[in-house]
Amino acid sequence: MARAFSIRRQRGFTAIAITCFFALYLPIAVLVFYSFNAGESLASFDGISLRWFTKAFQNQQVIDASIRSLQIASVAAVVATIAATMAALATTRTEPYRGLTLKYAFINQPLMIPEIVTAVALLIFFARIKIWTGYSGLGYLIAAHTAFCIPFAYLPIRARLENMDLTLEKAAADLYATPWNAFRYVTLPLLWPGILAGFMLAFVISLDDVVITEFVKSAGQDTLPTYMLGQIRRSITPEMNAISTLFLLLSICVVTVFFIVNRKRV
Amino acid sequence: MKRITGILAVTAALLATTGLARAEGELNIYNWGNYTSPEMIKKFEDQYKVKVTITDYDSNDTALAKVRQGGSGFDMVVPSQNYIPIWISEGLFLETDPGKMENFGHVAKEWQNPEFDPGRKYTVPWAMGIVGTVVNTDVYKGDINTWGIIFDTPDELKGKVNVVPEMTDVIDAAVLYNGGKKCTGDLTVLKKVRDTLVKAKPNWVAMEYGTIQKMGSGDFAASSDWNGSAFRQRLANPAIKFGYPKEGYVNWSDNLAVLKDAKNVENAKLFQNFMMDPANAGMNSGFHRYANGIAGSSEFMPADMKGAPEINIPAEFAAVGVPSQTCPPEVQELYTKIWTELQK
Amino acid sequence: MTDAAGTIEAEQNRNIRKRWLLSLPALLIILVAATGPLLIVLLYSFLAPGPYGDVQWLPSFDGWVGVFMEKDIFDGTFSLASAHVSIFMRSVMLSLVTTILTLLVGFPTAYFIATRPEKTRELWLFMITIPFWTNLLIRTFAILEVIRNEGLINGLLLKSGLIAKPIQMLFTDGAILTGMVYVYLPLMVLPLYASMEKLDFRLVEAGYDLYATPFRVLRKIIIPLVKPGIIAGSILVFIPALGAYVTPSILGGGKNMMLGNLIELQFGQGRNWPLGSALSITLMLIVMVALLVYVRNAGSQGSRHG
Repeated sequence: MARAFSIRRQRGFTAIAITCFFALYLPIAVLVFYSFNAGESLASFDGISLRWFTKAFQNQQVIDASIRSLQIASVAAVVATIAATMAALATTRTEPYRGLTLKYAFINQPLMIPEIVTAVALLIFFARIKIWTGYSGLGYLIAAHTAFCIPFAYLPIRARLENMDLTLEKAAADLYATPWNAFRYVTLPLLWPGILAGFMLAFVISLDDVVITEFVKSAGQDTLPTYMLGQIRRSITPEMNAISTLFLLLSICVVTVFFIVNRKRV
Repeated sequence: MKRITGILAVTAALLATTGLARAEGELNIYNWGNYTSPEMIKKFEDQYKVKVTITDYDSNDTALAKVRQGGSGFDMVVPSQNYIPIWISEGLFLETDPGKMENFGHVAKEWQNPEFDPGRKYTVPWAMGIVGTVVNTDVYKGDINTWGIIFDTPDELKGKVNVVPEMTDVIDAAVLYNGGKKCTGDLTVLKKVRDTLVKAKPNWVAMEYGTIQKMGSGDFAASSDWNGSAFRQRLANPAIKFGYPKEGYVNWSDNLAVLKDAKNVENAKLFQNFMMDPANAGMNSGFHRYANGIAGSSEFMPADMKGAPEINIPAEFAAVGVPSQTCPPEVQELYTKIWTELQK
Repeated sequence: MTDAAGTIEAEQNRNIRKRWLLSLPALLIILVAATGPLLIVLLYSFLAPGPYGDVQWLPSFDGWVGVFMEKDIFDGTFSLASAHVSIFMRSVMLSLVTTILTLLVGFPTAYFIATRPEKTRELWLFMITIPFWTNLLIRTFAILEVIRNEGLINGLLLKSGLIAKPIQMLFTDGAILTGMVYVYLPLMVLPLYASMEKLDFRLVEAGYDLYATPFRVLRKIIIPLVKPGIIAGSILVFIPALGAYVTPSILGGGKNMMLGNLIELQFGQGRNWPLGSALSITLMLIVMVALLVYVRNAGSQGSRHG
């Protein structure tokens, strides 16, 4: 039974989506454009030059901060996504059981309080541990980031899981698949879009965090956002745009690699 | 699962690259962002074979809170003078006695025995400046040496004034404008201060930090600002001038101290002494664009800073400057309440 | 009989134990690096402020009283803390409008992505997040560049002769909302996508078979099916937006405080940690109750439809 129109079509949706993508990339285009500014300012363009890229590459503090940001974000997002996936499996598709609501509130707690408060609490708590153990490495930042990333990973995964059909998993169990294999070959592929969405959210949230990082970091642990925060009272130069442009480039590389790997697998 | 194991392996590898071996000597400086000349640090590193790590903070309160809790591994910090008595009284500084160091003779007379650190037992000058006004004189031709720019905004500037949202700076300015003394607890003055602020606010366009950018682009035509920032604005647009308010303005300074729980005390002392050398202080000023309190350092500053009216206070305005100091807690509470009411 | 009942019960218990085990890592991490340390904040809210920040170990309820009541510094009278109420209301309104706008923009966008051919969906999804690899501050400055009086939009409009003088967009409520929607968009689109991607179009087809209009199909079939995504997205936008202040202050001029500023002030120059602690616990309780009510109501509606 052929139709004159696609059933997937909703009037105006495509237009809104295209506008949305356009609006999303318009400031980004401006940002990239200004990274090639020969002048000092973000507000007037004085000709094309690579000076801010050169400057960024010579600035060891910026390079270290960038690498550190990426390290923390990757580790925190991976751990948070794994923990969140497990938690989502445990809190959906079930009859209510004791403590379920509590668990739900608890997992989302890091969302519910302004960052500054968690930051102060962690400062006091971690300082005690730092003095007690003498360890002041990146572990504290990673733990803090993982914790506040969990709800961001959890909610999309949970949204995906809810109402997800149990029949296939039941069928797998009926065919004597081990629980692990049932998860691996049935649940995980079905859940994958949710996990991917959760992971990406967790990653960019961690990459952007300022306040908690500012309070938890030890000597020599500036991330890119805290480095920039330190400059807000002074002035922000196109050097920051140059770094942002490099990050965009990196993100595009990551996406490309991801797709090439994915193609090969399929 | 291979994919996830792959990701894990990569992240683990990334993680392992941190905290690798460092140079013999180390020094961890905790300082305001974008405030330390990398060139000067390089010089220190080469001279003393010490690896310097700089970590940034963005406010005195953050720095104080973090160091007070301990365990963060910093050796040196650069707080503002009004916070220094707090650091000292809480026992956070190590008494390194810079007043007896080799290069101390280079410190300018007026900075040798400051009220906040008598006899320079703990600190060495880093940078100093003024909170005043910046005005685009193309837009407004009248007198700019007054807080009236901010609090009784002339018609030409209405809707184009910015106020840098530093609570103490803004309220101090309003106190001085109303003839009060800095850190006053006098309620009749403070009531006038509140009324002045509430009445002035509708003429402001914003309360934010980005003055260098937005004065340059014309989004603002006037602002309260620091002199170093005003200097950079004038370099971009000669019409932008710094005003020294005749009602009085606050002089501030940031000073370098060694922390009591520092691990690299000897290197830190070397650095304190190093900073009092005019050549090094001048090099640093060329980066952060403020004066530094070391006599003879202007020789080593970039040419554009020599004789700059923002950096070198003209004699006629010098008398009305008041030193920045810690307000008593009960006054700070009153300030906070006025500030909250202003922005509610 | 009792035996069978016993087995079922044992099975259920085992199931529940398994569920607790599965959620253990997440709970532990949050306990250690988020919720647990908050007990310190709870304790601090009942202490007296230290003279220069931090607290003194003296019990005091001033922090809590200060959340709701204020003493006029000039005439000494007590009244409801109107400053706190107006700041709270401003933040809630901003969050609410941001959430609604983000949903209005994000829903069609997520739908668009979810209805692309399967191979390109993840690519579109990545395209939503790529702009967020840049730093929040830099991103906000870039938006500022677009909407300034001498910015991109005004420049183009002036050149094309459509307007004679620049439209003031910067430092307006419109600027704040644009910025907020921009910043929080992925938090809406990603969960929406996660629940739309599995949308069963046979149901949509059935709707059209019954001569439903596209709008009716959207309202009666698609929206109820993706409700979990809408719930998740709204939570992820609304709650963080409550504490937002970087975007409002850069694009809106920052003349008025947001909740985030108010609380930060107490831990900073205000030097009143107990008040800051009490304010944030109040906020957390309000948000938590609202969240649980919202999830319960929305959830039960969802299951009725399902």
